[in-house]
Amino acid sequence: MSLSLALLLAAGTAAPDYGNTQLPDPRAEAQARALMGELRCVVCQGQSIADSDADMAADMRALVRQRIARGESPEAIRYWLIERYGDYVSYDPPLSGATALLWTTPILLLALGAWIARSSFRKRR
Amino acid sequence: MKRALIWLPLGLFGVLFVVIAAGLMRPADTSVHSTLVDKPLPAFELAPMVPGKPGLASSNFGTGKPRLLNVFASWCIPCIAEAPQLMALKARGVPIDAIAIHDKGPAIAAFLRRNGDPYAAIGDDSRSRVQMSLGSSGVPETFLIDGRGRIVRQYIGDIRADQVDQIVRDMAAAR
Repeated sequence: MSLSLALLLAAGTAAPDYGNTQLPDPRAEAQARALMGELRCVVCQGQSIADSDADMAADMRALVRQRIARGESPEAIRYWLIERYGDYVSYDPPLSGATALLWTTPILLLALGAWIARSSFRKRR
Repeated sequence: MKRALIWLPLGLFGVLFVVIAAGLMRPADTSVHSTLVDKPLPAFELAPMVPGKPGLASSNFGTGKPRLLNVFASWCIPCIAEAPQLMALKARGVPIDAIAIHDKGPAIAAFLRRNGDPYAAIGDDSRSRVQMSLGSSGVPETFLIDGRGRIVRQYIGDIRADQVDQIVRDMAAAR
């Protein structure tokens, strides 16, 4: 009861600074968090916007939370940013010619290992 | 087979050596380039920042003449270094608009008094919304918008004295 009252009160006031304030709906906040962990802060570059303390990262978090609250899907928000900053802005790069090795290298190495193992087992016989 | 394999470690070392040497000789470009270059300017509308100067909307652009869009802030040190070049561009007839990031009116007014005022309009982008919609990642950055409202160039970092002539040429080409 007191929680729903608090939510009502929060909804009535002006939009909070979503760069550093959680969304009232825990499910939406969880969605926003997951996405923020996978977006690169374009100023600090080595950090996700969830980890960074830069003003720009706070602005990017606010953008993510506002759009999630408006009902946009996380993938749509990611795509909106990729359209502007390139694949670089996402820590979950899409599969393309340049990134194909990220996925295929483990398979290639496994195949190489199998081939080496096979030839060494043969020698023993 | 074995004979050939004995050279493999040396070969791998050679490849690694070349890769690392190439990386050392040509340091990586760490600036983030907007992928909106050659695309239309996104729609936006920003409130005025200082009294007596209009705010900025995307409808200011694409009216037949190319314009520069400068992303700056009063707290940004390279923006002070860039100011004389913007004044020089203004003196050569280049129209310049600006969006101010994370800033307040009085601070901008003081910045303009100290460093000169090359801007026709300044929009208040206190939460970097428009900056993000442009794919810009810092201050200062300058976009060249052509007469049809397309972003044709992005100059990252402060504009240096030796870039002014090139920008005037870029403006002429973007007509």
